Amino acid sequence: MKKHLLPSLMLTIVFVVICGGLYPLLISGISKFVPGSGKGETLMVNGKVVGYANEGQKFTLDKYFWSRPSAVGYNAAGSGGSNKGPSDSAYLKQVQANIDTFMVHNPTVKKEDIPADLVTASGSGLDPDISVQGALIQVNRIAKERKLAPEQMLALVNAHVEKPLLGMFGPEKVNVLKLNIVLDELKK
Amino acid sequence: MSKEKSNKLFEPALVKEALRQSFVKLNPKIMLRNPVMFTVEIGTAVMLGVCIWILTGEKAQGSFIYNFCIFLVLFLTVLFANFAEAIAEARGKAQADSLRKTREETPAKKLIAGKIEVVSSATLRKGDVFVCETGDMIPNDGEIIEGIATIDESAITGESAPVIRESGGDKSSVTGGTKVLSDKIKVRVTTEPGESFLDKMIALVEGASRQKTPNEIALTILLASFTLIFLIVCVTLKPFADYANTPITISALVSLYVCLIPTTIGGLLSAIGIAGMDRALRANVITKSGKAVETAGDLDTLLLDKTGTITIGNRKATNFWPANGVDQKAFIDACVLSSLADETPEGKSIIELANLSKDTFKIDGAVFIEFTAETRCSGIDLATGLRIRKGASDSIKKIAEKAGHSFPEETAEQVKKIASNGGTPLVVSQNEQILGVVELQDIIKPGIQERFERLRKMGVKTVMVTGDNPLTAKYIAEKAGVDDFIAEAKPEDKMNYIKLEQQGGKLVAMMGDGTNDAPALAQADVGVAMNSGTQAAKEAGNMVDLDNDPTKLIEIVEIGKQLLMTRGTLTTFSIANDVAKYFAIVPALFIVSIPGLQALNVMYLKSAESAILSAVIFNAIIIPILIPLALRGVAYKPIGASALLRRNLFIYGIGGVIAPFIGIKLIDMLLGFFM
Amino acid sequence: MNTELSGVILTFLLTVLLAYPLGMYIAKVFSGERTILDFMKPVERLIYRISGVNPSEGMDWKQFLKAMLTINLLWFVYAFFMFLFQGHLPLNPDGNPDMTPDLSFNSAVSFITNTNWQNYSGETGVTYLTQLFVITFLQFVSAATGIACLVAMFNGLKHKTTNNLGNFWQILTVTTTRILLPICIVIAVLLSFNGTPASYDGKDAFIGLQGDTVQVSRGPAAGMIAIKHLGTNGGGWYNANSAHPLENPNYFTNMLEVIAQVLIPMSLLFALGFYIKRRKFANVIFGIMTLGMLCLVIPTIITEIHGNPEIARMGISQATGAMEGKEVRFGPAASGYWSIVTTIISTGSVNSMHDSSMALSGLMQMLGMLVNGFYGGCGVGFLNYFIYIIIAVFISGLMVGRTPEFMGHKVEAREVKIAALVTLLSAFIIKGGLAIACYTLLHYSNADWAFKPSGWLNNSGFHGFSEMMYAVTSANANNGSAFAGLTGNNIFWNALLGIAIILGRYLPIIGPIAIIGLMAKKKYVPDSAGTLKVDSITFGAMTFGVILIITALSYFPPLVLGPIAEYLSMHH
Repeated sequence: MKKHLLPSLMLTIVFVVICGGLYPLLISGISKFVPGSGKGETLMVNGKVVGYANEGQKFTLDKYFWSRPSAVGYNAAGSGGSNKGPSDSAYLKQVQANIDTFMVHNPTVKKEDIPADLVTASGSGLDPDISVQGALIQVNRIAKERKLAPEQMLALVNAHVEKPLLGMFGPEKVNVLKLNIVLDELKK
Repeated sequence: MSKEKSNKLFEPALVKEALRQSFVKLNPKIMLRNPVMFTVEIGTAVMLGVCIWILTGEKAQGSFIYNFCIFLVLFLTVLFANFAEAIAEARGKAQADSLRKTREETPAKKLIAGKIEVVSSATLRKGDVFVCETGDMIPNDGEIIEGIATIDESAITGESAPVIRESGGDKSSVTGGTKVLSDKIKVRVTTEPGESFLDKMIALVEGASRQKTPNEIALTILLASFTLIFLIVCVTLKPFADYANTPITISALVSLYVCLIPTTIGGLLSAIGIAGMDRALRANVITKSGKAVETAGDLDTLLLDKTGTITIGNRKATNFWPANGVDQKAFIDACVLSSLADETPEGKSIIELANLSKDTFKIDGAVFIEFTAETRCSGIDLATGLRIRKGASDSIKKIAEKAGHSFPEETAEQVKKIASNGGTPLVVSQNEQILGVVELQDIIKPGIQERFERLRKMGVKTVMVTGDNPLTAKYIAEKAGVDDFIAEAKPEDKMNYIKLEQQGGKLVAMMGDGTNDAPALAQADVGVAMNSGTQAAKEAGNMVDLDNDPTKLIEIVEIGKQLLMTRGTLTTFSIANDVAKYFAIVPALFIVSIPGLQALNVMYLKSAESAILSAVIFNAIIIPILIPLALRGVAYKPIGASALLRRNLFIYGIGGVIAPFIGIKLIDMLLGFFM
Repeated sequence: MNTELSGVILTFLLTVLLAYPLGMYIAKVFSGERTILDFMKPVERLIYRISGVNPSEGMDWKQFLKAMLTINLLWFVYAFFMFLFQGHLPLNPDGNPDMTPDLSFNSAVSFITNTNWQNYSGETGVTYLTQLFVITFLQFVSAATGIACLVAMFNGLKHKTTNNLGNFWQILTVTTTRILLPICIVIAVLLSFNGTPASYDGKDAFIGLQGDTVQVSRGPAAGMIAIKHLGTNGGGWYNANSAHPLENPNYFTNMLEVIAQVLIPMSLLFALGFYIKRRKFANVIFGIMTLGMLCLVIPTIITEIHGNPEIARMGISQATGAMEGKEVRFGPAASGYWSIVTTIISTGSVNSMHDSSMALSGLMQMLGMLVNGFYGGCGVGFLNYFIYIIIAVFISGLMVGRTPEFMGHKVEAREVKIAALVTLLSAFIIKGGLAIACYTLLHYSNADWAFKPSGWLNNSGFHGFSEMMYAVTSANANNGSAFAGLTGNNIFWNALLGIAIILGRYLPIIGPIAIIGLMAKKKYVPDSAGTLKVDSITFGAMTFGVILIITALSYFPPLVLGPIAEYLSMHH
């Protein structure tokens, strides 16, 4: 034990310095050269930060594309999912309520067209994206609200569809915040 | 006792004894030796308690009849396991007893202060000397100190041909129970009563001194840990069921537990071990420990003496090669004449080969010339003046050349040819003129190549030990198909070879009979001493072969392998069974509170109670069903380890998963008539 | 082909493609051959000099384990006190508080053991100081500890007969400097280029598009996220772990992170083949482990893509599959794949909330942790698999009629006893722990505790049972992922899981090292035709069968009462 204690202690100190000190500092230094200089990439409107490109935001107004339900209310000082199991009765009531709310605000949409992501909470509670279908079925509501031609809205959504990685790997999606910023700019 | 040994597994007398023993073994102290079955006994006791509890008014544990049935089945499970062990013991004991019986209460002519006194054999002590004459039964194991005798050992070996035993040398040992056919010998007792090999073996079989072998210990540990895992499964099931709001009866928990623990192998484990020794005994091999049998299954190298093992006894004449211009018939006649007085096996074989009656030769007044180390030839001088000589080629050549005759070239060539084929040439001359060559060859035992091939497939290397020169040894080794040979072997060569192999991590077996073999027998991992061998050899080895059959090692290796395989396959079978038992019992327990679990009731068992009962019944009766397999052993096939594993996995693994599904379903259908 | 599935397939293929050369490299590092990172030698020499270590001094298995346990104990003390006082220490821009003693205990245990079970939330429960100087540090060295123990086993297998399993400190050092650090730097830089924060700034605040004030947690996360995966640790910088959009910003980073966590466990298998020069042995094991993974992954992906039958009954089509607890940018296929990888590997990072997985996926995830040997955690994965090998060797050795041998060493009572004990232990921890939890929940539901057991579960019925079972299983497997609905930050769970983690870490390391130490000392027995070839497919299948049977038999009842009952009831 005694024979092992001193090397253990010294090795611990050495590696605390290397792994806990030097290594993160090195990464932090390198990250100064990336977009957002390692603090997270922000999106600006009129020179003011309105959000982080990768983090979702709460959108409840009819004039915006809605984000997915969130278990943490898009509070990015925290994060997390609902942690509800697939068969939990309280959870299933919540999903039903989400569906009902959506139907009330989007009366033209048929229930079977609603994609699951719009009525279920994301894992992080900060999901920046919705599915393409999720954006498309909101087009009518927003066009009506903003008094725009639905075709124009459709084109806008399609222009903001983010393709899978290299066009081949992973799902398609739409970043809600980016889409809504463009939406606001359209108005002007 | 003869070669006809009963192969019936369940002789009525044995079964009766075994049944009695099954109950005797219920004693918890004895049960404790087998932890798996011991816990079943506890479970049985618990169920008995539950039955009594119900009789005194408890309502939540289900009907009395049902609980009593469970109790009965568990009780039977324990009995079956005990029976398996008992029947194995009984068989082994019966086998050994019949060997022993022959020597009990035979009168012994004990030599006391030079006078013969007749006493009971049971009173003979180590060091006592007794006398045996024609017709006497030898009362005890011992060593001949004076005299020579022919002895009938058929009582022990089943071999009817009498053998010769004499004082000094390697054939001085006699066994109690054998009979002196002629002559008189003085024998010194070498064992205390109750300490002969047979006595030791009987004690092993009876379990009193039966030590668990290393593999058996390891397996017991594994089985015990499986048992513990299932104990945890069952104990924790109670709070889980409480969470799921499901009441669970004690009988259900105990049944689940007993079904899951490896009772099949647990119940048969000791029977398998005893049966292994019993099988060895049936092969006329007395083992001094169970470990030796187990080790035999692991052997890497076998040392075999050439003579008697690989070749039949001694060299034999196989061909007459007359020189040019010599008549074949005349040559053969000359050969026979020269061998008439030759009592060596070689000489006899020449007469045999010629197939002529001795009476056709007139040899009145003839002088026989004995073989001497100087002349290195033997022969006959007939009254007619004919001088026939037979001997090694160079010595006959000398004789011929001295008389001015030439050594024919084709004979010289023939001599060379025979030598290079592993044979021995004997040149024959008549009146100093070369007549031709007799070829002597080692005769390799028929079928021995196949046996070596079989050993090779088992992964056992065979080594031939011979006094021959390396050239001849190599030739025979190749012909017989052994992997290696030790030529011009001296006793210490064997020892060195064994040590060398062992340093390489190999397990070595050898067979021997002489006192000078003793150190090597002791050094070898498995040393098989011939029963005819000296006492020293028998003490040094860990097995004694009553048949004195050098190829017995092959059988012993297979017995060892069978022993391990039977354990392995039954373990696999036992564990694989659990899958079906889970599917029978777990849905049964929870189906009322969780109707969705009906999907797990793949066997469509009638009710929860019949499902549980079917599972425990299956669990119980599989033990007696497998007793014959445990006693006979799983057949060993030398098809390579991987193929063997595939085969056994298929039969006992996959079969072990499927069989109980069928069995439990059948029992459930039968129970349907009563419930 | 569906782009989600092709993404999963590409991810797996890339992993194998990278793991193979890495395995070759790792074998070279530990056999002391020349590698491209030899320029680290002076650094290593300096480390040895400072620490007073003689790198060439061999250790037998007992010394090796003593060295390992001593330094782990030291790390525990260090981590415990750092967590306990973190609120009062520097590098705490968000002003997060101290941990309670029970949480400190649980967290310290969790990180020294490579478990990374987190009963705190990353944004508010720890400070930058503890994230970096405790957690990141421990994520390196706990992974290196596991690898060092595996290398000890390599050494035992490599030599015919030996007492020397290598020098623990030397292997620990080299693992960190030659393997973990260099690869982590590459991963961390890639992450930061894709949007993962790496600066030391504290929380940000701004007004969002709808006018809400929004706060954003940040921090020097990229470095930690790299080692969290490469070292199969799994503890997230943020609460949502790799589902968090800063921790795992896009599909590329998702592939990167999921590849990173399998990379070392898989390459260690190949390294085994190269190091002991028995490539076929390693390849067969790789095949069996991959088969095991596929058996778990395929049903999971299928069930996730099919979506929740209960939601289907509401009239929702679920064309994108089950999305509760999942991120749109990953989709159900990549989330399902990740959830299995992270449970078989003992990483325990998540990119979707496992608590919201379909019942069948939950079953598969738990099976992954119960086996804990398909690839498995850094180093320890193979050590766990080794236990199954020993049992398989023993039973199949008997079945071919020969005293069981493994690579020329006899497997006898002592080895079997240790292997049996280790197997037994898992069953004991998991079912024992779960039984205690059930009992407490039922009988002390409203006890007068700081946190009442009635508040533990986030789900009712079978799924609630699964939450508890998942927790003890994850703790025993040193996995760290959770059915996170369980409220774990209370004395009961902090203590129970902490103890389960300790037992689940050290005994399954001590066991195999002891076995290999004992076996390596034995005489070497050369192969013969009767010897069972452990590098044959037959033996591989036998091992697979042993894994299947042991796992199924040990855990069938609780699995039935949790995920299986939930599944059958939903599809009833």
